Amino acid sequence: MSRPGSAVWFARHESRLAWRDWLAMMTAGRRERLRRVTIAFIAFVIFMHAVAYGMIGRYADAALDTSTLIAITASVLLAWLLMVSQAMESTTRAFYSRSDLDLILASPAAVEKVFAVRIATVAFTMAMMALPLAAPFINVLVARGGWRWLGAYGLIVAMGATATALAVGLTVALFRAIGPQRTRFVAQVVAAVIGAAFVIGLQVAAILSYGTLSRLSVLQSDAMIALAPGPGSVLWWPARAALGDGMALAGVLAASLALLGAAIAIVAPRFGDYAVAAAGTDRSVVARAQRPVAFRQTSPQRALRRKEWTLLQRDPWLMSQTLMQMLYLIPPAVLLWRGFDGGTGAYKLLVPVLVMAAGQLAGGLAWLAISGEDAPDLVATAPVPASFIVRAKVEAVLGVIAIVFAPLVAALAFASPWHALVTSGGIVVATASATAIQLWFRTQGKRSQFRRRQVSSRVATFMEAFSSIGWAATAAVAAASLWLAIAPALMALMVLAGAWFMSPRPRNAW
Amino acid sequence: MTAFAPFALEINALVKSFERPAVDGLDLNVRAGEFYALLGPNGAGKTTTLRMIAGLLRPDSGTIRVAGVDALADPAAAKRVMAWISDEPMIYDKLTPREYLEFVAGLWDVEPTLAEARADELLGWLGLAPHARERCEGFSKGMRQKVALAGALVHDPRVIILDEPLTGLDAGSARQVKSVLRERVDAGGTIIMTTHILEVAERMADRIGVIAHGRLIAEGTLEELRIAAGKGTSAGGHGGASLEDTFLALVAEQAQAA
Repeated sequence: MSRPGSAVWFARHESRLAWRDWLAMMTAGRRERLRRVTIAFIAFVIFMHAVAYGMIGRYADAALDTSTLIAITASVLLAWLLMVSQAMESTTRAFYSRSDLDLILASPAAVEKVFAVRIATVAFTMAMMALPLAAPFINVLVARGGWRWLGAYGLIVAMGATATALAVGLTVALFRAIGPQRTRFVAQVVAAVIGAAFVIGLQVAAILSYGTLSRLSVLQSDAMIALAPGPGSVLWWPARAALGDGMALAGVLAASLALLGAAIAIVAPRFGDYAVAAAGTDRSVVARAQRPVAFRQTSPQRALRRKEWTLLQRDPWLMSQTLMQMLYLIPPAVLLWRGFDGGTGAYKLLVPVLVMAAGQLAGGLAWLAISGEDAPDLVATAPVPASFIVRAKVEAVLGVIAIVFAPLVAALAFASPWHALVTSGGIVVATASATAIQLWFRTQGKRSQFRRRQVSSRVATFMEAFSSIGWAATAAVAAASLWLAIAPALMALMVLAGAWFMSPRPRNAW
Repeated sequence: MTAFAPFALEINALVKSFERPAVDGLDLNVRAGEFYALLGPNGAGKTTTLRMIAGLLRPDSGTIRVAGVDALADPAAAKRVMAWISDEPMIYDKLTPREYLEFVAGLWDVEPTLAEARADELLGWLGLAPHARERCEGFSKGMRQKVALAGALVHDPRVIILDEPLTGLDAGSARQVKSVLRERVDAGGTIIMTTHILEVAERMADRIGVIAHGRLIAEGTLEELRIAAGKGTSAGGHGGASLEDTFLALVAEQAQAA
């Protein structure tokens, strides 16, 4: 038994909460689903091992040449940046979410111990989140290439530790530089940019150099190999650690744990002050309208549309959440821009990317407009039919999609009218499908729960993704042959039919 | 035909069941221009009843007429003359009170010039004018409830339905809300309110209805309720049992009978 108030005692408390939170997330609050979730998880693990075998099984005996080191380092860097992004998200939430902070800060317990445990928990969580995706690949490499590949597990621990140390450092630096009010938004944006920057950067480089969206073309290029340092460089230590070099693994692990320890030692004692400062931002007046605007002539539908757009525009947190999806539109935009110059046939690559992005963005926006209504009773008691309200909200979503994608489609139309036409059709259908799925599965939630929206209905989440993929595939095939596009279109329609069939009963209001 | 309806609310044989009956054959009439308090123990069916009246829940059976309008047959027409306020203020954090009122006026299709004048008047009346251009996210519970109340009044409803509107308000805010409600009744409006603060019902309501197990078990003025509970004097209210004693006696009597 650990002594109450000790770091171990807090760690037990935190782990119990984390475990229950995870269970609730996986089972959507229904314990009877645990068996099904476990079976689905096992199936996922088996499937991932099969995927890993197909993808990297042949690299198990890879030699330590520069090309291999570049490929492994790039993969590690990509995963690490995603970890940093997630860790920043978690750290920002730890500062700003109130939950039990008031209780902890009001208690005579040594708060630095609590926050030391919380920072360590973030590092642990980052490593654990990477495991389900990384473990199948590592296991396949171990099975085919020998025990040396087990070092990759140690590397994951090191990545979690360094990512968390950097995320905590970045968030605190932002807190000090721009204050608690702005940090919440800026940290979210920085996290989104960090998470996407590496992939997008490689894609943009590949497009500019080779006219393709493939990232490998840059990494395996002669120029990159020529630029790479010698095999003895410290830069390759993570890759060497993954390949089972004991010295490199020990060095990387020691350095990363020391970095995390330093971050904890520096930040944990001040964490309470940051949390208190962050709490102050809730109470202060954060914005004031420039001048009173006269009430405008409107209709209920227009009032609803305007409200949705105003709320979206004013919520930086929601904006940053949708920014992730928008960032991935940069490479297609660059490809389009480059296409004007070179006149290549690369437009066909754009069609599915734009359609997929539209479907995904529409899903998020539709959840906000339809389920994320903060005053549901007010809207439901308005003297307009429910269908009017739904239509106005759907129009609000379509309006945003139109604003985001119209410039890209217009640019595409100049280069290739046919591809623009197919893309427009795909965007409309993908957007309508994602919105319809959100309508069928609507559940009442607060906008602040946007991050957890996927938890409320996993069926809806998967159906939304499959539908977007289906319409993207349809558009991609349709760009070449309309007849052949019938097959993926039918599959997308079947996904929609399945979603409708599985959706819960309509709401009880009248 | 709503202009001369003598009753602001007519409920007949209203039934709503979830796992068990929540409202069980409720009959209730509230006169136009009346302040009506609906009391009952936890789980009695008060909120379910009000949510059905407001159009937020569909009854299993029964009828609801609001200001003479069949609310089940023509919900939009019934909602046009009604406002609903719950104990959780329904406002948007990222809008200012003024923008919120503009939005509500838009939903009720109120002419903009009229809505703007009413909004400014209400904001001043409720002491919100200095905060009219600040976003609601930093507002206290009392301020949020006052914004919600202003939203309910901006379309000038004839019937206002309130579910525990004073929960969590400080004394000053509670007095302001009560004063606004009283003035609405004096101006001819109808208020139907649930509350657990019996002093408020005792002081403000023209008539009080007591509901238990989804049925109306007693109704009338405080004096009439005292008599029904065997606690009153027919000579008048002064010196009689408090509403709390009367209410507890009525509920206990009903529980024994059940």
